[in-house]
Amino acid sequence: MSTLGDAWAYLTDPHSWLGDYGVLREVSPGEWVLPRDSILALTIEHLGMSAGAVLAAAALALPLGVLLGHVRRGGAATVIVSNVSRAMPTLALLTLFAASAIGFGNRAVVLAAAIFAFPPILTNAYTGMADVDPDLREAALGQGLTRFQVATRVELPLAWPLIAAGLRTATTQTVATVPLAALVAGGGLGVIINTGLATQRYGQVLAGGLIVAVVCLGVDALMGLLQRRLTPAALRHRTLIAS
Amino acid sequence: MDEVPNPWLSWDYVERNSEEVIRQLTIHTTLTLQAIAIALLIAIPLAVLAHRVPRLAGSILGTSAVLYTIPSFALFALLAPFTGIGRTTVLIGLVVYALLVLVRNIVVGLQGVDPDVVDAARGLGYTPTRLLVSVELPNALPAILAGLRIATVSTVALVTVGVVVGYGGLGQLMFRGFQSDYRAQIATSALLCLLLALVLDLLLVLAGRLAMPWTRRRAA
Repeated sequence: MSTLGDAWAYLTDPHSWLGDYGVLREVSPGEWVLPRDSILALTIEHLGMSAGAVLAAAALALPLGVLLGHVRRGGAATVIVSNVSRAMPTLALLTLFAASAIGFGNRAVVLAAAIFAFPPILTNAYTGMADVDPDLREAALGQGLTRFQVATRVELPLAWPLIAAGLRTATTQTVATVPLAALVAGGGLGVIINTGLATQRYGQVLAGGLIVAVVCLGVDALMGLLQRRLTPAALRHRTLIAS
Repeated sequence: MDEVPNPWLSWDYVERNSEEVIRQLTIHTTLTLQAIAIALLIAIPLAVLAHRVPRLAGSILGTSAVLYTIPSFALFALLAPFTGIGRTTVLIGLVVYALLVLVRNIVVGLQGVDPDVVDAARGLGYTPTRLLVSVELPNALPAILAGLRIATVSTVALVTVGVVVGYGGLGQLMFRGFQSDYRAQIATSALLCLLLALVLDLLLVLAGRLAMPWTRRRAA
């Protein structure tokens, strides 16, 4: 199959990895950009965009989910948020943003990816906190802990496995969403696929698909490891439900 | 310089382009239904197999989790060189993702059937096939329906990624709207996508009520 051969040739050519300018290119004195013809530069851009989106989503969703879960209010609202986000096509949000004042490119993509990363983090933080055994809370309150102490010392550690699972789901999903950036003139690894399709180099398309798949599986495995590491040993036997 | 009006919502757009909008909506709908139907046909035997042979359950669910991690964008790219640009590639991708959701939910549903009920049926002399068809599957129906709803709604959203290979239904309109900075086209197709997901979801809920009269009584 010549497509497979082409993909292999693309992947083994150092030029595909470094492009014409290396990983960083100085476009004007003091101004460096990640060129879009290098796999390495695109990977860095991809991971950077993903990290930005997840961090932005987590900064909002984590405190909100923990707070709502602690007071056990707004469960229905979190369900609605996650259902609507499932029905909303990423492409719709991307093109809507791109045609609005936000403009196209990486900013619109990071914003859209952050919006999609929001529900899993929120839902899991909420469920983790709200599902803590009421008897445990009673016992802690009975021992004289304040509500704040109950939240931070009893509920939060018990909720952590679910919260971590939510962060993992959100991260994996974000890394998988960012390739769509290429459709709205953004960067990241989708560029390889998009360029390949536009120039009918199907070997490059195949190679791009492989790279994106490997990066996603790698990030997911890494997050799984992190999730396990950060889970208190006593809770590790509990089955972790993602999303 | 006069600014050209570029409204988000315009009935004028819908009227002028109704033919194309309906064409893409039809493609979107048929693609979704076809994918879900094929996925269901493959998912039921797979899930039953995973349920019957516990040793296979781990590998079937594990493989599906790994596949699910691969983004649709990449999957379409992996398929396109072999299955070409167009409907087949998108359909295969959609079936794969719907399949993963369905298998998982059906397995969970089958495992959740009350063991006493299964025991009773066995005691009455039910053959494994009859047990499956008339006891296990009907009891797993709520979980299967839940899986169908998730799979259908996500498939409607996923069709738009078909733009990558030039066959994204309403996504095609969004993408062209982006290229020509035509806000009404983007907003109309996005709203239609949400509407389609909502309508199909409601139809599934309705079908579930008809198929499971016992849940209706409980709700009342």
